[in-house]
Parts: sequence; C-alpha cells; structure tokens
Amino acid sequence: MWDYSEKVKEHFYDPKNAGAVADANGVGDVGSISCGDALRLTLKVDPESEVILDAGFQTFGCGSAIASSSALTEMIKGMTIDEALKVTNQDIADYLDGLPPEKMHCSVMGREALQAAVANYRGEEWSDDHEEGALVCKCFAVDAVMIEDTIRANNLSTVEDVTNYTKAGGGCSSCHESIEEILSMVLAERGEKFDPNAAPAKPESKELPIAASSAGGMTNLQRMRRIEMVLESIRPNLVADGGDVELVEIEGNTIYVNMVGACSGCQLASTTIGGIQQRLMEDLGEFIKVVPASQMPKRATVGG
Amino acid sequence: MSAIYMDNNATTQVEPEVVEAMLPYFTEQFGNPSSMHSFGNKVGQAIKNARRQIQTLLGAEHDSEIIFTSCGTESDSTAILSALKAQPERKEIITTVVEHPAVLTLCEYLEKDGYTVHRLPVDEKGRLDLNEYQKLLSDKVAIVSVMWANNETGTLFPVLKMAEMANEAGVMFHTDAVQAVGKLPIDLKSSKIDMLSLSGHKLHAPKGIGVLYLRRNTRFRPFLRGGHQERGRRAGTENSASIVGLGKAAEMALEQLGYENTMVKAMRDRLEEGVLAAVPNAFVTGDVNNRLPNTANIAFEYIEGEAILMLLNKAGIAASSGSACTSGSLEPSHVMMAMGIPYTAAHGTVRFSLSRHNTMQEVEEVIKAIPPIMEKLRKLSPYWGENGPVEEPEKAFAPTYA
Repeated sequence: MWDYSEKVKEHFYDPKNAGAVADANGVGDVGSISCGDALRLTLKVDPESEVILDAGFQTFGCGSAIASSSALTEMIKGMTIDEALKVTNQDIADYLDGLPPEKMHCSVMGREALQAAVANYRGEEWSDDHEEGALVCKCFAVDAVMIEDTIRANNLSTVEDVTNYTKAGGGCSSCHESIEEILSMVLAERGEKFDPNAAPAKPESKELPIAASSAGGMTNLQRMRRIEMVLESIRPNLVADGGDVELVEIEGNTIYVNMVGACSGCQLASTTIGGIQQRLMEDLGEFIKVVPASQMPKRATVGG
Repeated sequence: MSAIYMDNNATTQVEPEVVEAMLPYFTEQFGNPSSMHSFGNKVGQAIKNARRQIQTLLGAEHDSEIIFTSCGTESDSTAILSALKAQPERKEIITTVVEHPAVLTLCEYLEKDGYTVHRLPVDEKGRLDLNEYQKLLSDKVAIVSVMWANNETGTLFPVLKMAEMANEAGVMFHTDAVQAVGKLPIDLKSSKIDMLSLSGHKLHAPKGIGVLYLRRNTRFRPFLRGGHQERGRRAGTENSASIVGLGKAAEMALEQLGYENTMVKAMRDRLEEGVLAAVPNAFVTGDVNNRLPNTANIAFEYIEGEAILMLLNKAGIAASSGSACTSGSLEPSHVMMAMGIPYTAAHGTVRFSLSRHNTMQEVEEVIKAIPPIMEKLRKLSPYWGENGPVEEPEKAFAPTYA
C-alpha cells in the first residue's frame, strides 16, 4: 500500500470540482494511458480579467492522480491564468503534503493539463515537451529517459557522472545496476564499452544541468552558511514536534548533526536525518551525507 | 463488518494448526538438526515427516525428491540456473510471456549473458499454441519453464502435456506451480515434470519457505553450496520450524482439495456472476473454463485499479489489481497486455482470490459493495458519460500523451 498523506486520501475520497465545468472556454486533455493516468481539465476563464472563475476535472487514474487533479482545481480557482501557469507539479505535491516518488513521476499531470487548457483557451496548439521512462532512482525520482538523455547530451561514462548530473543513484545506491545498464546501452551507441573503473568526467566550468550547478561557485564559507541556512529552515518543524537539530561539523560532504530533544532517540530520527539530507542535497546540489554526531570518528581535539 | 480478505494469490493466512505445529521448534526443539545433542534430536525426524507430507501432496515417487528452499523464487532460480550449468552446450530457454517475474526477470538477465530466451505468446484468453511450442523444442534447449497456473487470471497451462513433449525431445521441464499446489490435484510420479517450484505462504504455511521438487536422476547443480543439508543440493541450516509448518499445511491442503474445488469454486463463481450482473462494462479475463477454482480476475472498463482498491479497502475488502500504479511501474500487468486487453480495461483489472476461509456471506457483501465504488469512479472518468461510456470513448477523449 502506498504511503499516502491524509491530505491525499481526503482529496481522493472526497474530490473537489469533479466533473466538467459548464460552458468551459479552456479544455486540456493530457495523460499517459499506458501508465494508467489521463486527465481532462476544463476551465471557465473571464475573458476580461483572465481570472479562472471555475475549474473542473475528469480523471482516469489512481488515487494520487485523482487527488492531485482535485488539488490542482482548488489551487487555481481565482487565479489569473498567468498566475496559474506558475503552479508546478511540486506545488501540487506540496499542497497534498507530499507524494511517494513513484507517484510524482506519472500521476501528477496537473501542470501539463493546465498548460494544455490555457493553450486551448488562447487558441494555441499545445505539445508536450518531454517523454517519461521507467523510474530508476526512487530516492530522487529520476526516470530512465532522463538518465539516457543526460548521458547522451553530456557524453557521460560513469555512474558517478550520472549521479553528478541527474542526482540518480545519489541516495541508497540500489539503482546503480540499472544505471550501469543504461550507460552500457548508450555507450554502445557511440561505439564504447562501459568501464566500471573509468574515472568520472571532469565537469567543465559550463553549467551542470541539475545537480552540481548551485554548489559550483560557492566558497567554503558561503557553503557553510548555506548549510546553516537550510538547517535553520527545517528547525521550526522539528521544534514544533518538541525536538531540534544542531550542526556539529562539516567534513567534505559529510555533515554531522546532533538530534536534540524529542528528536533524539525518536524512532523516526533516521527518517528525519534522511529528510534533512535530502533537503541539503536539493539546496546545495551536491551529495551530502548527514550523520549523527555520535558516529563522528574520534580524533584529537583541535586546539584543545 | 470485519474485513474481507480476497487476496489469497498474494499470500494466505497461516493456519492456526500450522502455527501450533511450528511452535515447539522455536523454543524447545531449537537445536540444529545436524547437532548431536538432545535439543535437536527430534528436529531431524520432524523434517523427515514434513518431507513425506509434501511428497504425498505432490504425488512424488521419493521423499528425497523434495528439496526445501527459502521461497518460490529461489526454487525457480535454482531450477533454471541448474539446467544451464549442467548442460553448458545448451544455450536456449523456452518460457511464456505471462510467467511470474521470478522467471521472466531471471530470463531477461540471462539474455544479457548470451542465452536465447523463447517466450511463447498467449491468445486473448491467455492460452498457448502447442504447435509453436513443438517447433521450438530442440537439443539446443536447456530447459522449458512454464507456470502451472497464472497468478493473475488463474488460467491453467497444459504442463503435463508440455512436459511429455519436452521429454520426448530430450529437454528438461520445470514448472512454477506456486499457485497450483494445494488448489489442484497433482501426481508428479505419473508425469514427465522434472522440476517443480512451490511456495509455502500460498497454501497457509508461513512466508520464507519453499520447495523445489527434483525428479530422481535429473542432472542438477546446486544454487547454494556449503553444508551437506538437503543432501548437498541446498546448503544452509534448515528452516526447521517453517519446514514443519509447510508439512502440516500440505497435509491440510490435501484434505481440503475437494472443498477447494467445490465450495471455494462455487463462491468464486457466485462472486463473478453477482458482480457482472450489477456492473456494466465489466468482463472476466483469462480462460474461464480452464482455471484455478479460487481466482476471479475482472476488468472494469474506464477506471483505474488502484483507485478501485483504495475504495475497496475503505469498504473493508482486500483484493489486488493489474494496474501500473499499484506496482509503481509504467505499464499495466504484462499478463493483461499479453492477452491484448486494451489499456482502458487492463488498468481496471481487479483480482479476487478466495480461500477456504471465505464464506458465501462475504461474497454477497462484496457483490453489494462493488457497484457504488465503480459508479463513483466512473463519474470521475473522462471516458464515462451520464449513463455509460461516452460514444466512441477512445475518440471522445484522446489526450496528448506525455
């Protein structure tokens, strides 16, 4: 059973705005029937102000597809279409208190449906610009097509490269076999063979598409401050649960923290640490390992 | 209303009698059966007894043909890899497109190592073409691996006939009988089946115990090497409590075989009849006249399986689905796709798999609970109009596919 949030269940069991809007002037039909989700979004837009007066959905799909359709219509009602177009899939997921990674992948068609409906309202043709493949990395929700394209575009040849460019494989590492297979296939296309011992490509100074971009230009001091900032932004949630987190040491990509208060010894501490780790990785765009300070290697106290 | 469990092809409840039979082997007779002291002196005998109980259920000629493993998947892997290892000059495997992933995924992996895998297709009812099979049999084939009963639809394959054909061609025959054992009468000694896999938790024994039947004189190479357990054919200290449990479960399954094929079958038939009468645009998948007595796989058109399961679960009913979303994959069930079931129906397939623990009253409750669920989801579906599917549904709603 999927680990759906209460919010997802609420929007699934009791969806808002189900059905087509009467006298709609924008209709978007999108989906991926092979993976089992398709959505029709109907909008009634005020031609003067371009405000979305009403929105309705019809969805063929799983629990989270229905819930995210419901969430989308709730979110965009009352927005102008330009405002609505800024709503991302992540916004929809956040509105629902998160979705399992497998579900981010194909069930959240909201953004596409919205673009299609707006294009229809404006009398434009809309075409989808990306194709989705089978989910490879569950930690960061990266699919096979994304990995394949990135390997081709950047001439990558090692798993580490793939991780640096797409984040895929940067978490639990269970998907490394699949990544190696994709590498072997793409490398074969350019007449090369996958070598597990090859050194990763030296990232050139040009921007890296996803992962390594933000960390690139930072000085050590900026990076430390950034880490502190991210932890600060997480703390209120922990404090609300009667706990806290304390930064102890940064050693390369390993960050040692103390879980304090209710968080220490809490059964969910490791989940929380995983969450902090993910936030840091996403923010810094590099691979970060968050480890409880109790596991810090013992060494002579510096300057003591 | 207490919850209704109709997902017995996924796993079954361990029978209380089975648990009772197992308990002494955790705390009293916990010794290693290989040890020389009194803490394990009854374990060896208990394992021997269990081996005989399973021998009886399978109709095997010798009890030494029963090898205990950790699960059905291990048995499948052991059988296929053994055949390849023992006959290195044979580089081909024959199987079917609708096998369990335990066989299909291994075959895919073996293809990368240079083996040729022939996957027999099925028709719209999930049936094989034996002429096509005959043509593939040759001295290049190391093993045929074909399931006895399909886990999703319950459709039976003619494995007895297929084993004879393989035998005549001098090819080893393995069957994944995980869904069939305990539901159908089996008599291996009168068959030409060389290897058979079964899994304890599908017949009211615990998870983590399986069996590989290995016909005497079949050339064999172990998967796990190490100790002398299972006559050196499967090393590793015996899972004694679970072996005892599986033995007890096998004995009970044999006693209940008649009930399974009369009462359980009657409940399954009533369920199908009741649901199809109440829900339009629904049909049973698979080979209806040739299948397991406990399995009903119903496709509900224009709605998606995971959504159905969530609402069923809310109503206290446990079933499973062939939709992509329930597994987190991109495609609906490979079994439904192989039978050419359209996407709009394949995603809405729901499998109800019954057991002797179900009652006719439960069946009636399920029949009552289903129509409003389908109605609710169809109201949300872009393929569904006021009182039925919109006209030419595939044209009326043709989304841009991402």
